Amino acid sequence: MSKYTEDDLRVDLENKKYEFGFETDIEYEDFPTGLNEDIIRAISAKKEEPEWMTDWRLESFRIWLKMTEPNWANIKYQKPDFQAIRYYAAPKAKPELASLDEVDPELLKTFAKLGINIEEQKRLANVAVDIVVDSVSVKTTFQETLREKGIIFCSISEAIKEHPDLVKQYLGKVVPRGDNFYAALNSAVFSDGSFCYIPKGVRCPMELSTYFRINQSGTGQFERTLVIADEGSYVSYLEGCTAPSRDENQLHAAVVELIALDDAEIKYSTVQNWYPGNEEGKGGVFNFVTKRGLCERNAKISWTQVETGSAVTWKYPSCILKGDNSVGEFYSIAVTNNHQYADTGTKMIHIGKNTRSTIISKGISAGKSNNSYRGLVKVMPTAKGARNFSQCDSLLMGNECGAHTFPYIEIKDPTAQLEHEATTSKIGEDQIFYCNQRGIDTERAIALIVNGFSKEVLNKLPMEFAIEAQKLLEISLEGSVG
Amino acid sequence: MLQIKNLHAKIEDGAEILKGINLEIKPGEVHAIMGPNGAGKSTLSSVIAGKEDYEVTEGEILFEGEEIGEDAPEERAHKGIFLSFQYPVEIPGVTVTNFIKAALNETRKANGLEEMGAKEMLGLIRENSEKLGIRKDFLSRSLNEGFSGGEKKRNEIFQMMMLNPKLAILDETDSGLDIDALRIVADGVNKFRSEGNAVLLITHYQRLLNYIQPDFVHVLADGKIIKTGDKSLALELEEKGYDWLLN
Repeated sequence: MSKYTEDDLRVDLENKKYEFGFETDIEYEDFPTGLNEDIIRAISAKKEEPEWMTDWRLESFRIWLKMTEPNWANIKYQKPDFQAIRYYAAPKAKPELASLDEVDPELLKTFAKLGINIEEQKRLANVAVDIVVDSVSVKTTFQETLREKGIIFCSISEAIKEHPDLVKQYLGKVVPRGDNFYAALNSAVFSDGSFCYIPKGVRCPMELSTYFRINQSGTGQFERTLVIADEGSYVSYLEGCTAPSRDENQLHAAVVELIALDDAEIKYSTVQNWYPGNEEGKGGVFNFVTKRGLCERNAKISWTQVETGSAVTWKYPSCILKGDNSVGEFYSIAVTNNHQYADTGTKMIHIGKNTRSTIISKGISAGKSNNSYRGLVKVMPTAKGARNFSQCDSLLMGNECGAHTFPYIEIKDPTAQLEHEATTSKIGEDQIFYCNQRGIDTERAIALIVNGFSKEVLNKLPMEFAIEAQKLLEISLEGSVG
Repeated sequence: MLQIKNLHAKIEDGAEILKGINLEIKPGEVHAIMGPNGAGKSTLSSVIAGKEDYEVTEGEILFEGEEIGEDAPEERAHKGIFLSFQYPVEIPGVTVTNFIKAALNETRKANGLEEMGAKEMLGLIRENSEKLGIRKDFLSRSLNEGFSGGEKKRNEIFQMMMLNPKLAILDETDSGLDIDALRIVADGVNKFRSEGNAVLLITHYQRLLNYIQPDFVHVLADGKIIKTGDKSLALELEEKGYDWLLN
């Protein structure tokens, strides 16, 4: 990955339209739209899944049928017609690929447009990338290095076939099938996603990274990710997303489950830049995601997210602090512009003794958008000596946007210690003029102010991701003041 | 260097505040503008710097012979106009160092220069911060956040020295300063002064002028310069106040 300079940013800023708005002309193999048990059986058959998996999906579907779409979030959108969605689209079946040369050149072109140079990543970035294009993993790299350490990093479909015991043991354990409407839907129809297992005592030597991409009109994307860090292991996982611009709304309902066994640590970082819709609020991705991690004794899970895209974001990466002394962290930057809605935050469930959690949320609203932080800190009677620190800061740009904070606290143990801080500020004309007077133009001034505001969270991202995130923040807010 | 001719300005959709200012500042000179509250002193500095809240209705501002009335504030900054703010704003999360780095490099780029290398930049920062007695940890604090009045003003003068402008306008730089801080700030300004640049001091009190010797003192009242003299005028004002001039 070549270095991204301020000059590159300048060029990007000049071209404020969604920059990844292109389509790749790859042959698709699609199912008809709509959802019933036959479709689910067909998805499962297509993926050559064992019977237990097919049954698991069908059971999920039956659960989903009894559920209704939640409407408590502070978001407005046209509810999708779930029978108008195509639940499976995959690049046409191809033989197993041994090298990049065998990958569809069109697909490689897509990667090039996205700035993902796989060869260079192999050499420079020390990143193993499992690229998911519309549901089917096409190419995984660095398998050899990982294999030596006993690390499994593959598509979830492959894991279902190759590591059924691990999948059976953990799939749906942290996010049960009936957890919520979208999680149930995902459990029924998930197309693909990533699977990662770090063996006992192993420190994963590189950042594991997956680039997701929605790539076909009217195709819902139902990713399923399962990360298991065995006792005393460590892994840092990166998830970065882009999607081409569309007129139709696209539904995305992913489920991510993390399991950190005793003394293990998982860092999970996301940069989300899906199509947010146009300036009038038309189009854009609906992002209804369930992300949750389970911490056993002395384990730690850190969620870091930079959410700039999607028309609607509904997402609460959470931690169940089950084991004594376990630690949960949530660092978030959510940017909304034009007509975007974001309702995002976290849940920290303290069950074990001396469990600790930290929540740092930075919301930036511009245009006519609405940005909500919604967080729950729950301390169970068993969680003696639990501690939480929450900080929610909102930055407003202009007079037509909204920032909202919904902190929920449930304490069932008197020894718990909680702190909550919240601020709301506005980028002022005085700040801009001050920067201008020092020779910094308005665009750069906003970038500077926003980066300063977001710094505590940006600092939590791995280096190369932090640069990308910074660039995204700036592009997302271009033209929103003055 | 700076020529202001018959300048009239008003607040957008508001009252006229400057009512025909004439002022000429040549390289190497220090001018002081004094006057009672509400005379338009701060408005004048804002208008020269290009703040959008004001509308110039008549007259012109020439900088090095060029009309700058239509220039954006950053363009005026790039040409070498610096304003030390009476109330410098806070920018949380942006360190003093990062801010000055951005300011300096943006100005260099606008003038067709390469960005300054990290080593050279650090050298310059060290040199100027030492002149002002600024400690290292100060440089990594968020800009103006939690700064005392003295720290804010010292930071303004530090930025001035880093950017090395042609014209420095110091708006009430002495307000809120104790005597030690005032001496340090004045010392910085005196070190900055050269044959090639000019300083415009805007102040309520004669006190600052004990430390920075002006070549000219102007009295601004009700949007007009009503009297100009040398530094003895400042002493006279200190003694008599403004009333004898106003009537």
